[in-house]
Amino acid sequence: MTIVNLVVNEKPVTVDVEDTMLLGVFLREMLHLTGTHIGCDTSQCGACVIHLDGMAIKACTMLAVQADGARITTIEGLAKGDDLHPVQQAFIDNHGLQCGYCTPGMIMTAVDFLAHNPTTDIDEISRALEGNICRCTGYNNIIKSVQQAARVMGAGDKVDEVDHV
Amino acid sequence: MYDLIYKKAHSYASAREFLTAAEDAKLLAGGMTLIPTLKQRLAAPDMLVDLGGIADIAKITINENNMQIGAMASHALVADHELVHTHLPGVAALAGQIGDPHVRNRGTIGGSVANNDPAACYPAALLATGATIHTDQQIFAAEDFFVGMFETALDWHEIITAIHFPLDQICAYVKCPNPASRYALAGVCVAKRHDGQVKVAVTGAGQDGVFRASDFEAALEKRFSPDVLDDVSIDPNLLLSDIHANADFRAHLVVQMAKQAVLKLLA
Repeated sequence: MTIVNLVVNEKPVTVDVEDTMLLGVFLREMLHLTGTHIGCDTSQCGACVIHLDGMAIKACTMLAVQADGARITTIEGLAKGDDLHPVQQAFIDNHGLQCGYCTPGMIMTAVDFLAHNPTTDIDEISRALEGNICRCTGYNNIIKSVQQAARVMGAGDKVDEVDHV
Repeated sequence: MYDLIYKKAHSYASAREFLTAAEDAKLLAGGMTLIPTLKQRLAAPDMLVDLGGIADIAKITINENNMQIGAMASHALVADHELVHTHLPGVAALAGQIGDPHVRNRGTIGGSVANNDPAACYPAALLATGATIHTDQQIFAAEDFFVGMFETALDWHEIITAIHFPLDQICAYVKCPNPASRYALAGVCVAKRHDGQVKVAVTGAGQDGVFRASDFEAALEKRFSPDVLDDVSIDPNLLLSDIHANADFRAHLVVQMAKQAVLKLLA
């Protein structure tokens, strides 16, 4: 067992964890933040994506002890009270989800991507979402959602020509 | 995952202490291969020694002859770093094609090089550019470092500290990625030194991991143009064959990737 100190969704947390506990399991089972989903558990699907010190990472492929000292944001930490994050709102507005299982990971990935690269370019968005798999939507509405969020969050110049589907 | 003890090292000395105290310790860098391996119970170390706490181990610096990339520099850092972009754009572009954004945020150059996955991208760049691998004990030339599939010349408890890339050249890397894993089905790095020497290294295709394609090099040194590669080939008997690509297809891909890399350098 190792004691880890973290800040999760702006709250300091100190917990004694098993050395082999994965970060995703830690968030879900010890902190009860079940918005972080475990899909494939093999780093393929991206349902478990969270932010570690502002960077999108897969919580199924990191030990909780490795995150000692880090600042973590999960899907539960995005909204400010009742005000959804623009990416969350965009997924609702554009029907960017069906079953919703992949959605927390999609949104966390998109938030990190748009923070560094606020573009509506379809190719760039598709590339940013390469590590996130959705088996329902066919991705079109997910990409539309990210485009809307980019516009709301102030994407300027790089506007695509064709609005797919 | 089998039970193990986790230790975070804050210096090379403390990492070595942990390594010698344990029976079968493994070094943990970004963990993008090691943690999935542990989860599948394909490895059972009794201790993980995390290198993430060592100061300056992810630093990128430059002098007049080479660029020093710290072992724990993530693929994302290498891909986005201004120094790498300016002086080694081929290496920055390679790093930006590894895995997906999340893998690039955690995976490290030192981890990739130490693992020597036969389909990893970095080994091709190190071999083609004549990079050196610096450890806490010695310096390896890339030629001597990559021994075979998942095998390197590293001693059991040796720690990679940095990779040094010479700056007297330009290089380009092109891969045909497996669409799911993004690992190279075949990836080729072509490096052209300012004195005219050309090195071509192939990853993803060889049965023994990364290798140099000397026929390609000789042809390109005579005339640096993609069409000289119409007259060279790779023996498919030396290549990997699996459900994603058989050896003949990989042999074809190697030539095509090499041509594209040459075109990039000519552009």
